[in-house]
Amino acid sequence: MNSIIFTAGARLLVALVFVFSLFMLLRGHHLPGGGFIGGLLGAVAFIIYSLACGPEETRKALRLSPESIAVIGLGIALLAGLFSFFMGDPFFTGQWYWVGGDSYETSVFSINTVLVFDIGVYLVVLGGILSLTFAFEEEA
Amino acid sequence: MSWVLVMPIAVPFATAVVAYLARNFPAGRWISVAGSALSLIVSALLMIAVLDQGVIAAQMSNWSAPFGITLVADYLSAVMVVITAITGLATAIYALGEIPESTERLGFHALFQTLIAGVTGAFLTGDLFNLYVWFEVMLIASFSLLVIGGGKERLDAGIKYVALNLVSTLVFLSGIGLLYGVTGTLNMADLRGAVAAAENQGLITVIAMMFMVGFGVKAAVFPLFFWLPASYHTPYFAISAVFAGLLTKVGVYALMRMFTLVFVGDVGFTHEILLWVSLLTMFTGVIGAAAQMDFRKILSFHIISQIGYMTLGLALYTPLALMGGVFYLVHHIIVKANLFFVAGLAKQYTGDTDLTRIGGLYKSAPLLAALFIIPAFSLAGFPPLSGFWAKYLIVKAAIELDYWFVAFVSLLVGLLTIYSMTKIWGYAFWKPHPEGYDPTPDRAPARVTTAMITPIAALAAMTIVIGFYPEPFVQFAQTAANQLLDPSDYVTTVLGVQP
Repeated sequence: MNSIIFTAGARLLVALVFVFSLFMLLRGHHLPGGGFIGGLLGAVAFIIYSLACGPEETRKALRLSPESIAVIGLGIALLAGLFSFFMGDPFFTGQWYWVGGDSYETSVFSINTVLVFDIGVYLVVLGGILSLTFAFEEEA
Repeated sequence: MSWVLVMPIAVPFATAVVAYLARNFPAGRWISVAGSALSLIVSALLMIAVLDQGVIAAQMSNWSAPFGITLVADYLSAVMVVITAITGLATAIYALGEIPESTERLGFHALFQTLIAGVTGAFLTGDLFNLYVWFEVMLIASFSLLVIGGGKERLDAGIKYVALNLVSTLVFLSGIGLLYGVTGTLNMADLRGAVAAAENQGLITVIAMMFMVGFGVKAAVFPLFFWLPASYHTPYFAISAVFAGLLTKVGVYALMRMFTLVFVGDVGFTHEILLWVSLLTMFTGVIGAAAQMDFRKILSFHIISQIGYMTLGLALYTPLALMGGVFYLVHHIIVKANLFFVAGLAKQYTGDTDLTRIGGLYKSAPLLAALFIIPAFSLAGFPPLSGFWAKYLIVKAAIELDYWFVAFVSLLVGLLTIYSMTKIWGYAFWKPHPEGYDPTPDRAPARVTTAMITPIAALAAMTIVIGFYPEPFVQFAQTAANQLLDPSDYVTTVLGVQP
């Protein structure tokens, strides 16, 4: 697409949408948001970029192939589930470490496996959607 | 305890991830083999735990049943998981020889491992919606495996396969929705009580029929089998074998589970339908096979015919019949996967699977001929091979109920199976090659043929072991059948297990 307005606007938009997608990812679990919606938004950011600059350029920006991103995401999600093994809990039990407190209300923030799982979902969705759209774009 | 149940699913998934990342290196295929071997080990551990305790269950994420997802294994689930791992390992080894490097680069091994994970998950889950998810995992992986490697024929088969399976999944999903609306739960153990207590039993029967149609398409029973012969003869032989061995059996397993655990309110109605469906499945399958002249198409139709025996075991609904059904399920996976493996190797030697265009294998590859005879005669039910015991149990159960017609059809279908098997034997093995040329094993490199003949020999050996030493397997099937008919252990283990 050879529109100067779109290409110029895309630069701004891509960064904004992408930051918003990360915000949605981190906001998840306690508030609306999470890996799936974040991954979709992240994919939208890259799709805008590929509409403006072409899929080859986007593949370069991604560095890894979208399929690999999706599979790595699957691995991360699996690891998040397996982590509870070391804590003696069943598969996928969320492990929480509260910083500065002992629950959601009292602590400043938390480190947990749920976020790791969400990051995995984020990457699976991002990679999956992008490999689909690239397939369409590159065929056309 | 819960980890014993998780590992058979987690190991193939982890293998898929690693194998995909290593897909451009020769190490990728060895990772697949190693992962399959590890799967077999963890499945064996699951089997040991089940033999020790009867039924085991685990609540994922510590959400107690019936709210969370429960993984549960009784005898039937455990044996299906083990047999899946065995088939997976055999196929991973066979794929070393058959699958070209260009296909491996597309992520063949990762897709294959995902398929195995999906099948294992379907056998282990105790939650209906989770079962739907595993069906989807299987469908996505199997569709990709059907079309991988390209070609018009494969795409054609793939589209038929995916369209008809999507319909079945939708019917299944609608059934789940309705069932949830009526009972308010989707945990299978919890459903047993909830369905029995439901006010509108008529509606429950309607839902049961939706499940029967949904699973029936998956299991390829009459008259819903048409997608199977349209698609199973096109992909790589390793893929055909794993599809033939495992995918339809997931449908049979789901039927067995749902129609012994949940939908038992109107056995006279539902199981009567299943009985006629089974007989027609057996008969149309074997007649369809008689008309075919392609190695794999004959075998595909025979899958359908044999599925009839398994559902027949369920339909007769006596301890002996169910025991025969379970035994049949296990025996058939080994035998059928093996026959497809043999077809693949026969193609390597002769260059085709059309029976009119090949021949002379008996002379040039006597070992392959011997290895074909074992699963082929087992399939037809020759004593003392494993298929004989499977058919014997089913026929005996039918006679005990004075269902003479059922017994007659079972025996007749066995006879017609021999017709097809001797046809393959005559055309592919005995007859000289039509172009007068001698199919020699040298056409394929030794690396290829060794990788392909190893799993064939191993599975044939298992068929012989089950045939000559059936006692422990029959006893196992008996316990499995008793657990199916009296699932009180299953229910208390799932609902009573403390997280």
